[in-house]
Amino acid sequence: MSTTTAKKILTDEMIEAIKSYIPRYPSKQAVTLPALHIVNDRLRYVPLQAVVEIAEILGLAPAQVQDTLSFYGYFKQDKPHGEVRAWVCRSVSCFLRGSDELLDHMCHKAGLKPGECSANGKLTIEFGECLGACEMAPCILEGDGLVANVTHEMADKILEKYK
Amino acid sequence: MAKFEPVLMANMQKPDSHTIKVYEAGGGYRALKKALKEMTPEQVTDTVKASNLRGRGGAGFPTGLKWTFLPKNHPGPIYMCINADESEPGTFNNRYLMELDPHQVIEGIILSCYATKAVTAYLYIRVEYPLSRKRLQSAIDECYAAGYLGKNILGTQFSLDIFIHVGAAAYICGEETGLIESLEGKRAWPRIKPPFPAIEGVFRKPTVVNNIETAACVTHIIDRGPDWFKSIGVPADPNNPRDPGSYGPKLYCLSGHVNKPGCYEAPLGITCRQLIDEYGEGIWKGRKGKAAIPGGISMGLLTEKEFDTPLDFAGPGKVGCLGLGTAAVVVMDETVNMVDFLYNSCRFFAHESCGQCTPCREGTHWSLTMLERIRAGKGRLRDLDLLLEIGDSIGIIPGTTICGLSDGAAWPIKNAIRKFRSDFEEYIKRTNPTGYMVTEPVPALAGAGHH
Ligand SMILES: Cc1cc2nc3c(=O)[nH]c(=O)nc-3n(C[C@H](O)[C@H](O)[C@H](O)COP(=O)(O)O)c2cc1C
Ligand code: SF4
Ligand code: FES
Repeated sequence: MSTTTAKKILTDEMIEAIKSYIPRYPSKQAVTLPALHIVNDRLRYVPLQAVVEIAEILGLAPAQVQDTLSFYGYFKQDKPHGEVRAWVCRSVSCFLRGSDELLDHMCHKAGLKPGECSANGKLTIEFGECLGACEMAPCILEGDGLVANVTHEMADKILEKYK
Repeated sequence: MAKFEPVLMANMQKPDSHTIKVYEAGGGYRALKKALKEMTPEQVTDTVKASNLRGRGGAGFPTGLKWTFLPKNHPGPIYMCINADESEPGTFNNRYLMELDPHQVIEGIILSCYATKAVTAYLYIRVEYPLSRKRLQSAIDECYAAGYLGKNILGTQFSLDIFIHVGAAAYICGEETGLIESLEGKRAWPRIKPPFPAIEGVFRKPTVVNNIETAACVTHIIDRGPDWFKSIGVPADPNNPRDPGSYGPKLYCLSGHVNKPGCYEAPLGITCRQLIDEYGEGIWKGRKGKAAIPGGISMGLLTEKEFDTPLDFAGPGKVGCLGLGTAAVVVMDETVNMVDFLYNSCRFFAHESCGQCTPCREGTHWSLTMLERIRAGKGRLRDLDLLLEIGDSIGIIPGTTICGLSDGAAWPIKNAIRKFRSDFEEYIKRTNPTGYMVTEPVPALAGAGHH
């Protein structure tokens, strides 16, 4: 791996953050998910080069890290997601209160498909499965903030913020 | 019903209920001090066993009994995994506990680790719960500062670390062995059992997996005693030696078409109708009820006539549902067409099947494909029998798959079609008047194929 000429992508800060998790577990492989989150939080995606570098830190084959990453749809690999990801819940309680229409409305209005990032890089609209906030259906997890009982007008306001 | 006094939610109305100061002012960490000073780990286990506490994560397995499956005199380490993956559609009780009273959860985790001699607890939390994660982490930090976590807790020989481990949006990480694989840094493919986690779990060591609400119950059982716990709920059936009863308080989640959705604490065994009427203030918009999910989408469906079913561990099973599950009730009013409900359910399970077992991977995807075709006006009556064939053949109950996700996928199919068949027949005949009797194979819809 050390012979690779690809430009390093993990910063010292990221490497330190990843290494700080190692003492928590009896196996370095257990740091895979934390490492993917550390990279994803900062770069908004986990490119293949980062996978190679994570594997090196954890003493794994890159394929092991890649295998895990590819299982979880959460980590994007081709290009970064928006500065904010808005997860529109589509599971049963939200569905019963109009979530499919809400997601269609937002995607139509923003001209995006679920999973796509806006041209200005600010917003990705995603569908999510039950966000564990069914008493507030239909709901959206906008970054770290939960928006409850979302109407189409409220959804328009969310889109407005990232224009 | 005698006035029931909330226990698990007692603290939640107080300002700053998530802080150690407020928690301790209400008697918090009293149980931990008592246990560490006056009780051996075996006595804590025996107390939990005597309470007949059953796991709140969905399977309802007796908690104390599970702990005794750990090998005796094992050289260690033994691990505790706390399951905060809470992804079952309709379910949010763990979120209430973690956001509004994380310390009663942490206290229960420490007590459970003391009882099982676990040296490390990993708290696996879904990534969609940022506020819960934040509140738990600050509660854990407060505990280290107070000497409730770390080395030689309260001056005893007992030491414990709790680490939060964040998931990545996959429902299957809630299945206990999927959780273990995910924690180990792999894809969350559930393991074939046996060996059960108690014998060989995370990092190939003996492991206990418990739910967040289960941990919170442990706190109160040690604080108030097993007799108090058994004074609430539904006693064991004397005619069924394998029924451990349904004791204790429970956090019921109520959502869907009700006036006041929310998380409500009640004794185990209240009926679905009581929950809807007394807590949820009835069905919304003055409408009638049509159906309800009794405990998360995996459990199947109650018809309106079955709303008087008690929501204890034995109740929903008596009317053909899978079980109590997470006690998350989702209510559907009379305007809901069961074709739409089942489409939503099949879409969820097709998205969340881990793909390891062919019956589950193929069954969940083909059932979604059929529901999509039915909804597009190309359904045939024959599809209902095909769907039932899938429903009857996938899962650990028919014995064809590794984990219970596929039983959860099967139950909504079986219950929806068997209990609401006329909805499906009417829809298919109305939307496909010329083709509903066709029995030859039909081509897939253009553009079929889903997430
Ligand atoms: C597909 C599937 C998903 C599950 N999801 C969860 C979950 O999110 N949280 C949970 O506590 N248990 C979940 N369970 C149940 C766990 O496998 C396990 O029984 C439980 O965490 C044990 O804790 P308890 O005994 O305290 O209930 C799930 C089971 C299956 C089959
Ligand atoms: S039953 Fe489904 S979810 Fe469970 S292990 Fe098999 S394929 Fe995966
Ligand atoms: S169904 Fe949308 S938050 Fe649970």
